Amino acid sequence: MAKLYTPAMAKIDKKKAKLKGRVRKSSPGREAWKRLIRNKLAVAGMIILVILILVAVFANFIAPDGIDNQVLKNRLQPPSAAHIMGTDQFGRDIFSRIVYGTRISLPIGFVCTVLAFAFGGILGSVAAYNGGKVDNVIMRIMDIFQSIPPLLMAIGIAASLGNGVLNLVLAISLSTTPARSRVIRAAILTVKRNDYIESARAIGASSRRQLLRYMLPNALGPIMTAFTFSVATAILTVSSMAYIGLGIVPPTPEWGSMLSSSKELLRQAPYTLYFPGIMIMITVLALNLFGDGLRDALDPRLK
Amino acid sequence: MLKYIVKRLLWMIPVILGVLCIVFVLSEITPGDPVDTLVGADAPPEVKEAMREKLGLNDPVYVRFANYIVKVVTKADLGNSYTTNQPVAKELMVRFPITLKLTLWSIFVALVISIPLGLISAVKRYSWIDNLSMALALFGVSIPQFWFGLMTMLIFSVKLKWFPASGIDGTAGWVLPVAMIGIGNVGNFARITRSSMLEVIQQDYIRTARAKGQKEWIVIVKHGLRNALIPIVANVGNVLGISLGGAVIAETIFSVNGVGKYMLDAINARNWPSVQGGLVLLAISFSIIMLLVDLLYAAIDPRLKSEFKAKNKIKSRRKAVEA
Repeated sequence: MAKLYTPAMAKIDKKKAKLKGRVRKSSPGREAWKRLIRNKLAVAGMIILVILILVAVFANFIAPDGIDNQVLKNRLQPPSAAHIMGTDQFGRDIFSRIVYGTRISLPIGFVCTVLAFAFGGILGSVAAYNGGKVDNVIMRIMDIFQSIPPLLMAIGIAASLGNGVLNLVLAISLSTTPARSRVIRAAILTVKRNDYIESARAIGASSRRQLLRYMLPNALGPIMTAFTFSVATAILTVSSMAYIGLGIVPPTPEWGSMLSSSKELLRQAPYTLYFPGIMIMITVLALNLFGDGLRDALDPRLK
Repeated sequence: MLKYIVKRLLWMIPVILGVLCIVFVLSEITPGDPVDTLVGADAPPEVKEAMREKLGLNDPVYVRFANYIVKVVTKADLGNSYTTNQPVAKELMVRFPITLKLTLWSIFVALVISIPLGLISAVKRYSWIDNLSMALALFGVSIPQFWFGLMTMLIFSVKLKWFPASGIDGTAGWVLPVAMIGIGNVGNFARITRSSMLEVIQQDYIRTARAKGQKEWIVIVKHGLRNALIPIVANVGNVLGISLGGAVIAETIFSVNGVGKYMLDAINARNWPSVQGGLVLLAISFSIIMLLVDLLYAAIDPRLKSEFKAKNKIKSRRKAVEA
């Protein structure tokens, strides 16, 4: 006899499905996310970052003027209704250049960090996975590279490769690779001894599968936190290097480069120096807030 | 302990060779002919050829590399500056004390300001003073150093005229550069001190100290802070690197005649031997300071010390058994 499917049974099924969904929803990742969005400062950082990204995407709609539109009769005007951040020594609207600047600092900082984590990730995870001699050799080589302070290393590489965005990205990502490889190595070492890795090995997972499928996802927490802070550092490095004339050169509206070309105006028109610096600070601050929140959310016992 | 020191000292040899190797590779990939910089691009070919022969540029790469290493290691000869034709080592030695002094002062000042800040934050957790000092610390790590330098220059030397905007003649000139390099470290140190102090306060030995009726400030400073400072010492390499890099930029902003300004001027003049020399000098002094810090660390951290003692004991016991 076929079972009758009554409305009451359907109700129970629905409840079951709901419960099932709820049970699945409380994964560690979701818990961390809940903690993260309860953290007001982290949310503030996230909102600022989203706004900056939107500004970067819609820069051509927001900016009233172009990047390099030189109107000489408008030189060095203090902030006014027409130019809310004033104009620089070439009569360019500073606000427009600031807006377009979001298209430079954020992506470059992000790409530099991705590359550094990719190079460092390969080296660090190979070292941590194999241990022993391989680990020793890789980490000693990293030690040698780290005996040149990262900013000096980046300056050295950028100076020898010459200016240009690509060379700058290469300089910053290579100079930070050793430090990032350490982060990833440490993260993988902490999960390496877990039972699930042992079981993965026991069922015959290849070393690549063990690393990518089991170790990296479980070690992702500290890596994500370090990644956020590294983007902040990379943005600071890009702008400091642009300030001393390395990497990005005028007329690109990179914020550090804008500061570099107006540094002689310190006495004459100090307002040209306010906004690019404030923008760098806001961006880095947002990343730091978000990173702090991420760290606390992923590792609540530290708070 | 002796074994550790010897091992750490011997490790300096590959480090220095590695640094020389990196710097040599960097100079090799530099586009442009150094001879053009020296005698001008439109000089007659004979003159260029003579110059090239004189500099040894016609030798194959490995010969030049070997020559470079031998010259640096045995004679501390970093070549001659293209612009002044003086030995780079001599020019650097005049400037190096200034850079070192700037860096060390900025670290010292940052420590003096930030450790009490972090300590108070940890002890009075979640109070207004904690919130304020952590907000300050967050701004410290987020503000671009060079912009902070420019803004302090605007306020304190252009507007208020308290400190000179350039040069370091007299004590007043040091204030702004030191503040600029130190600002990031203040934030870093304060945050590290706070979080490690919070961890230490929960330890059993703090409860023990309190239980035996020790005065609260002795518990905090002697039992707490001493242990909480270990992460700061462990972080000193990072900090030193950042400060040396910061010094390079501070020197250009405040026109201080140090190694950093020398190097950046040399980059603009395509004067590679000077850039190379500056990099080598800063990297080697960085490694030497790191060596000293490591040795100090081994001396103060009881855990590391006991580890070595334990190892030696096991070894001597094993030897005794074998004998």
